[in-house]
Amino acid sequence: MAITAPPAALSQAAPLDEPGGPPPRRRWTVGQVLLTVLLLGFTALFLYPLVWLIAASLKPAGQVFDNALIPHTWRFDNYVEVWNQLPLLHWIFNSVAIAFLAAAFVSVSSSIVAFGFAYFRFPGRNILFGLVLATMMLPASVTMIPTYLIWKQTGFLGTWVPLFGANLFGSAFYIFLQRQFFLGLPRELFEAARIDGSSYWQLFWRIAMPLSIPSFIIVFLFEFQAAWNNFQGALIYLNAGSVSDFTAPLGVAYAMTKYSPTAGGQADYQYVMVASLLVTLPMLLLFSFGQRYFIEGVATQGRKG
Amino acid sequence: MERLKPRKYNRREAIAGYLFISPWILGFLIFTLGAMIYSLSISFSRFNLATNKMRPAGLDNYRALLEDPRVAGSLKNTLFFAILAVPLEIMLALFLAILLNRVRRGAGFFRTVYYLPKMTPAVATASIFLLLLNGNTGAINSALRAIGIEGPQWLVDPAWVRPSIVLMALWGVSGTMVIFLAALKNVPRDLYEVASLDGAGPVRQFFTITLPMISGAVFFNVIILTIAAFQVFDQAYLLFWRDQTNVAPEASLFYAVYLFQQAFRQFNFGFAAAMAWLLFVILLILTAIQVKIGNRYVYYEGER
Repeated sequence: MAITAPPAALSQAAPLDEPGGPPPRRRWTVGQVLLTVLLLGFTALFLYPLVWLIAASLKPAGQVFDNALIPHTWRFDNYVEVWNQLPLLHWIFNSVAIAFLAAAFVSVSSSIVAFGFAYFRFPGRNILFGLVLATMMLPASVTMIPTYLIWKQTGFLGTWVPLFGANLFGSAFYIFLQRQFFLGLPRELFEAARIDGSSYWQLFWRIAMPLSIPSFIIVFLFEFQAAWNNFQGALIYLNAGSVSDFTAPLGVAYAMTKYSPTAGGQADYQYVMVASLLVTLPMLLLFSFGQRYFIEGVATQGRKG
Repeated sequence: MERLKPRKYNRREAIAGYLFISPWILGFLIFTLGAMIYSLSISFSRFNLATNKMRPAGLDNYRALLEDPRVAGSLKNTLFFAILAVPLEIMLALFLAILLNRVRRGAGFFRTVYYLPKMTPAVATASIFLLLLNGNTGAINSALRAIGIEGPQWLVDPAWVRPSIVLMALWGVSGTMVIFLAALKNVPRDLYEVASLDGAGPVRQFFTITLPMISGAVFFNVIILTIAAFQVFDQAYLLFWRDQTNVAPEASLFYAVYLFQQAFRQFNFGFAAAMAWLLFVILLILTAIQVKIGNRYVYYEGER
């Protein structure tokens, strides 16, 4: 079940990379050629919108809809102009800061809680852990309004706090993930440290945490992505403020309206595409560094079912 | 099993345990249990935003819910979307996972590329597809025209607005695919060897070995995707309801969008809270039905 040993499960030769199913043969058979062609076809389909996006961001106004993947006229000035028209740097900075705080808070708090559930024996532990898992079933809309009112009544409206405040208290899936990891650590490790006089906190901070870095990274990256993409939260909590206080996703939505002809814009879609590319690139960058963590995290999600 | 025998627990250890999980307990009491009780009582009240005061309103909000045709309409749109999206997502994800599991070279490369849409933020997906799906000049209809098909007005024609959101969901199908791929890796290879010795072809092998062996993952994905489908917000809001001057087709009014509008455009908190509870009850019933059906068909390995 799930990830147990720290380095092995997340090494380059992750279980996902090993062929399962029928026995391996490394020859080009007719079947393999057809299979590869089919997969290349899907590659084109999945990549097309992203390549189209990059191309459109480099086209002059009016050529966006020629749908050419290589612009007839290259227009790098789009990037300069949009920079002057939209507070892109503010948006990126806000998003990076919020996503970083959200990820840092939730990964540390979830680890603490997870260690509590994994190591200690106390009355009601299994019931409480069942409750942790049950909260995953609750649709966010049920708590959306009261959460807004809680932030309103505590005077945090108009600040960043509502976008990551709840992350200080751990989050169900991440608690599950980290607990799963801690359960895989040999108990003798902790018992020995206890005999040597370590406190419970030291067991967590000095032993469990350093060993759990791989799954800690999964939690951090997952939440960073989730917070980065969080559009509805920004819409609820930041939309009333000034435009330069927006996050990147809210900014893109703002740009969509600003340049939309139905809202009186000039149909300068190339600018919207620049902004869209800008909100996407950091995630692609994150993926290029942490791909195996994302894949392993998603696979673990399935294994809990 | 650990039963509540007081002697069994070390007092110091138990206290430390509670301290470690105390952040979650606190968060649960405020942001889950407290919020649920708060939300439930708001749903039975008229909420004054200026004073943060509630006046009891009995079942008024729930009655208004039943009388508002847009609640039923948005629920219908959402249900339509879920019925269309979930099976298509499952089939495409499973198909791709099987292909990836069989290919000998480049599986890692393909998996990486297929995952990129999943990394693309919803706002970017929406702003790209807004243009790709343009009925006259969009790339999708241009491609269809090239093979002699006149594509629909995706974002205008009420019959096609929901399928266009399905299309965007399918583009991001790789999360589901990865879960299937992980399940496929766990199917013991010798099962296939025995089956081919018995003369079972690929189709028979799929239905007698693969599908039963990964039924747990199918079950999990169906439940997760259904819950997600009922809460679709970002794409529908960004494509159709972002710009209040725009006249959006009513078929694009998804439940979560209408709930959001009621809550944070009209500040009709009582009504919106009642909508949220209705959604919760619907999802609970749906999940219960799925679990009941699932238990009949899902195969669990010995360890369960």
